Amino acid sequence: MSELLRDLIFDYTLRNVALGSALLGIVSGVLGSYAVLRRQGLLGDTLAHAALPGICIAFLITGSRAQIPLLLGAGIAGWVGTMILLLIVRRTVLSEDAALGIVLSTFFGFGVLLLTFINQRDDANQAGLDKYLFGQAAALIESDVIIFAILGGVALALVLLFYQEFKLLTFDPEFAGSLGFGTTKLSVLLTSLIVVAVVIGLQTVGVVLMAAMLIGPAAAARQWTDRLGVMIVLSAAFGAVAGVVGAVLSFTEERLPTGPTIVLALTVIVFASLAFAPARGLVWEWWRRRQQRRAWALEVARLKAEGHVR
Amino acid sequence: MSSAVAVPLTGVLVASACALLGSFLILRRMAMMSDAISHAILPGLVAGYVLAQGPNLFAGFLGASLAAAVTVTAVEALKRTRRVDAGAAIGIVFPAMFALGTVLVTWRFSDIHLDADAILFGNIEFVAFDTFVFNGQDLGPQSVWVMSGLCLLNLLFIGIFYKELKLTTFDAGLAAALGFSPAIVHYALMLVLSITSVGAFSAVGAVLVVALVIVPAATAYLLTDRLAVMIPLSVVIGAVAALIGYRVAIAVDASIAGAMVSAVGVLFGLALLFSPSQGVVARAWQNRRNRAVIASQMLVVHLFNHEGAPDSEEESSVEHLSDGLRWSPARTDMAVAGASRRGWVVRANGHLELTEPGRETARLVLAR
Amino acid sequence: MTHAPLFEHAPPGTPVPAVSLRDLTVAYRETPVLWDVDLDIPAGSLTAIIGPNGAGKSTLIKAALGLAPLAAGSVSIFGEPYKEQRDLVGYVPQRGSVDWDFPTNALDVVMMGTYGRLGWIRRPGKAQREVAMRSLEQLGMADFAHRQISQLSGGQQQRVFLARALAQDAELYVMDEPFVGVDATTERAIVDLLRELQARGKTVVCVHHDLESAPDYFDWLVLLNVRIIADGPFAATFTPENLSRTYGGRTHVLGRLDHEAVAREAQEIELRI
Repeated sequence: MSELLRDLIFDYTLRNVALGSALLGIVSGVLGSYAVLRRQGLLGDTLAHAALPGICIAFLITGSRAQIPLLLGAGIAGWVGTMILLLIVRRTVLSEDAALGIVLSTFFGFGVLLLTFINQRDDANQAGLDKYLFGQAAALIESDVIIFAILGGVALALVLLFYQEFKLLTFDPEFAGSLGFGTTKLSVLLTSLIVVAVVIGLQTVGVVLMAAMLIGPAAAARQWTDRLGVMIVLSAAFGAVAGVVGAVLSFTEERLPTGPTIVLALTVIVFASLAFAPARGLVWEWWRRRQQRRAWALEVARLKAEGHVR
Repeated sequence: MSSAVAVPLTGVLVASACALLGSFLILRRMAMMSDAISHAILPGLVAGYVLAQGPNLFAGFLGASLAAAVTVTAVEALKRTRRVDAGAAIGIVFPAMFALGTVLVTWRFSDIHLDADAILFGNIEFVAFDTFVFNGQDLGPQSVWVMSGLCLLNLLFIGIFYKELKLTTFDAGLAAALGFSPAIVHYALMLVLSITSVGAFSAVGAVLVVALVIVPAATAYLLTDRLAVMIPLSVVIGAVAALIGYRVAIAVDASIAGAMVSAVGVLFGLALLFSPSQGVVARAWQNRRNRAVIASQMLVVHLFNHEGAPDSEEESSVEHLSDGLRWSPARTDMAVAGASRRGWVVRANGHLELTEPGRETARLVLAR
Repeated sequence: MTHAPLFEHAPPGTPVPAVSLRDLTVAYRETPVLWDVDLDIPAGSLTAIIGPNGAGKSTLIKAALGLAPLAAGSVSIFGEPYKEQRDLVGYVPQRGSVDWDFPTNALDVVMMGTYGRLGWIRRPGKAQREVAMRSLEQLGMADFAHRQISQLSGGQQQRVFLARALAQDAELYVMDEPFVGVDATTERAIVDLLRELQARGKTVVCVHHDLESAPDYFDWLVLLNVRIIADGPFAATFTPENLSRTYGGRTHVLGRLDHEAVAREAQEIELRI
């Protein structure tokens, strides 16, 4: 145990992986809280998939694996995807559910086309882009962590700054509008911040598992508290814990890939919360119901015995 | 069978089998549910392979179907707890299943058929080499057999249960009252979908299955609103996209599955823009026309409302219109010109007067 | 349309109507849902807006609050555009328009009423908390201040919304169906509140659905069905002829009013056949 702690601090690889994963957990935990409360959890899934062609196009334009342009490409593609999503929902008979699926899968398909095209064309850079598919938390280096910290820090600062406005927007957008807060502007800002979380997540857990990083911590945190502020902090904590646990587990057991392990750790937290959180826990509810049924049965039996009912 | 035949043939069969189910999934708002299933079958598939000690087709189908059943049940159960909404329920379950599958793959056998790329975007390129041998005879690519079987299965499923599927899709309450359990139909559809997903999975991978299931149907939905047309149309769209994708992929030397999905995406984009009824262009054109008519209607209603009132003199002056209605002069001119052309108003020394047809129009507009 | 004695309620020296709509047409997606509305609601009145479903009642108040797109015409609140008068308006949306499972308590929701005056970024402090507490007390909800909102009854949730509007400390209160689905206690509390607001010289505009109770609660009436059918002092306007003009031929109204809804409905029916 103490050895592990020492590794966590002094082992260059583990430290970066754990720090990077924890940062992702915190940022996606915070922004996921708003996404889940606005019932937009799966938007993150769509944004993550839609980012792939952006990364490829950025690579084709710049011809380098430099982080910043690739992440910028991911962000822009995510935005274009969101715009098309809105267009489909507003202008056609198709539901939001269909629109999410359409944007997610076709953008990703186009991304795969570009990715394989790039890979065939110049083999040397192959490993560079593939990591965005499954994420390569295990390969995070110090410069990645620094970029995460800057991006995440800006996102969190904005959430802190607009905490009230986001709360109002999420709870009662119409009332927010009547007070003169530009609800469209606020929505755009919030979605952009979710894009930031997705961009951080792509490198760590990859396209498919990003949905879990946004939804899981928030869904778990919601069970423990009835206060938005507490929920956000808890959600960040759950995200961070899952990140560190995943990083450590996959460090000690080589055959465990980091991203999936983080998500599995998170899933355990989610189900434990659903089952055992005070007040909202399903186990307690089941127990209460059982007690009620028992008391009721006892009462009926008593009434029967006393001859009140037959 | 050579690759030049087997690959496009498999593509068309995969796209057709998937598209057959798409219409119902789109209409039932289960697009993301099918996304979840196509990801969540991974652990079942791997577990099946592990138990069969190799990529055994039957074991794979069985494991994947079980995994799909677990996923559907878990999502439904999570929704029923009312602790999370439907989207979050999906977003909790399928990444967990997918993560489990990935861990299983790396843990149990990193040398197995399933490598990372195959999971995400399949390996349709190599289907010609994986042939079906029976009694020592080479009967051609296994995938062609499997996907033909799945096409047939889906066709039969839709053909036999068309009425039930339709009824439970549009009016679950009525269906239940008539004795068709919506739950049974729901699970049956999910089962068929998961079997189809497994078949398609090895050809095009987890994410791209979803595209072939829902996007052709969504495209068809933009072009027709009759279910009986929508289903065959979506199959045609899927098959055409598969062929286009194959050609493109060969030309640029890139992933065939990716190109197939890109092609279906382009077809969807074309429908989104140019569908005669739903398309963005048609809508914009219609709105433009409507705007002109409605502006004229607004004008006559305005004049009608103020007719005979003490302020009618002022309200009917052409100058006031821009002012009172807060319209730009251009818009006012358009409305006045439109109303004059239709014979609803006449101009008399700077004022507009309603004609009898104009009054009638106003009454009609307000009466509806 | 009656433009008759408008200002009998208005306090001396303020002959400006609380809400004034001029040639107002509201359109969603190019299809008007309200046609050429001219309306003055006198300051100091308790006004009910009544009409059948789909008549555009909610749209009317949303347009007045700058929440719906205007295809023509203008809105003024106490003589000025809404944008400049925001701080004078308190709004109570329909209770069903929000997710009551949101993680927050009653006090916090009521404090949201103070956000408008606070403006961007500034945090509510002790003063805002006190305002919110007082508003809750006024509606008999002080004991529930720290209760999670999903654990409140429908009537209590409605009172929280009313308290939030009170916390806005407005001159004009606009309420969308405040009496829908509430218990008798809450109904009483709302009526008392309306009376008290009027006594303090405030103006209240309610979308209302119940023809029976309306005469007891309100003193000014707007009958609406896509356009203004009649408006004026309650008793004089609440006539059988006006009501039948408002509600009569209603199916016909619905039949052609909402093109989009009809088109979709038709599509679904067609698919069903």
